[in-house]
Amino acid sequence: MPHIELESHLPGITGLLEYRKDTGQPIRELTQILMRGSSTLTEGERELIATIVSHGNQCRFCTTAHTAAADLLLGEKATTRAVKEDIESAPVSGKMKALLAIAKATGKNGKLVTPQMVERAKAEGATDAELHDTVLIAALFSLYNRYVDGMATAMPDNEAYFDTLAERIVHHGYTRLPQGYDHLKQ
Amino acid sequence: MPHIKVNEDLPGIRSLMAFSPETAAPMGELANLLLRTNEGLTMAERELIATYVSYLNDCFYCQHSHGAIVTCYLNDHNELVNQVIKDLDRAPVSDKLRALLHIAGSAQKGGKFVTDEQVKTAKRFGATDRDIHDTVLITAAFCMFNRYVDGLASQTPTDMSSYPLRARQIAERGYGNHIFINKQPVAEEQQG
Repeated sequence: MPHIELESHLPGITGLLEYRKDTGQPIRELTQILMRGSSTLTEGERELIATIVSHGNQCRFCTTAHTAAADLLLGEKATTRAVKEDIESAPVSGKMKALLAIAKATGKNGKLVTPQMVERAKAEGATDAELHDTVLIAALFSLYNRYVDGMATAMPDNEAYFDTLAERIVHHGYTRLPQGYDHLKQ
Repeated sequence: MPHIKVNEDLPGIRSLMAFSPETAAPMGELANLLLRTNEGLTMAERELIATYVSYLNDCFYCQHSHGAIVTCYLNDHNELVNQVIKDLDRAPVSDKLRALLHIAGSAQKGGKFVTDEQVKTAKRFGATDRDIHDTVLITAAFCMFNRYVDGLASQTPTDMSSYPLRARQIAERGYGNHIFINKQPVAEEQQG
């Protein structure tokens, strides 16, 4: 049960962003810029970063949601599974391996990102903007993971919820739905 | 040395915000909404939570930046931050704030570390749902800011006298793009 009273039809992060809409707005905006704004990293690659960080922070809601979003964007489920198991043997580019390692370290603590890890990413072709965005996405999901679990938000009743959520994240993005979320009430 | 090329005249998160002003805008807005209100928790109490979390994350720049803001709000009474960090259970803060700081300390480790018991204690001492929400979100936000600052190895000023000067800027004008667009503050005797 959540630590505070939240709307029961909104599990995970959505209930929190609706609880205090004013703080929800810049959190949504930051996410939209980082995850859907112009970038040389694909949306699928950015969702992989969100997935690996949420997985490292053991946040079940966020991991399931962003795995579903990454799967939808990549058109298969093998990559997310492999990345969560072992970055180095996963079927992603050398640059993505280096960036995912940086993201995973950042998720634990920023100080764990070493100059060697950064050098490796640069040698694989990562730009300063890509390094910046990787670290900030990892930092942002460290916020989300603590917000969602620190308030003990509910998991949805059925797994199909995440398919709908992934569709929304991929096709609509991270901004608030203009009509709100009352249509999700049973 | 920072991991990416940023303006070397700017310290910590200010250099990163200048590197990426588009993402800086919502981060500044979030900081204002969470830290620049006295609703339920005072601005000093909110900054104290931010300072405590930054200390637990071992982020020197954020800890000392926000510690200096607390001191600024408390009319230069600079003992409280150290007392909270050294021994939270004996620090001279209200029982409500102490309970909330314990929640912050747990959420810093990971959201799941916050227990029902901790929340019950905070509520018994008068914490509202909104206070608990804000405590957890301030903690989560500083887990973001701390990782951003340290994950890119942004420059940490070693001149401790510079922290109160930057703190005064925040106390007077709040968060926002002015902290990296305007010239960085210098002590009066260093000017001219």
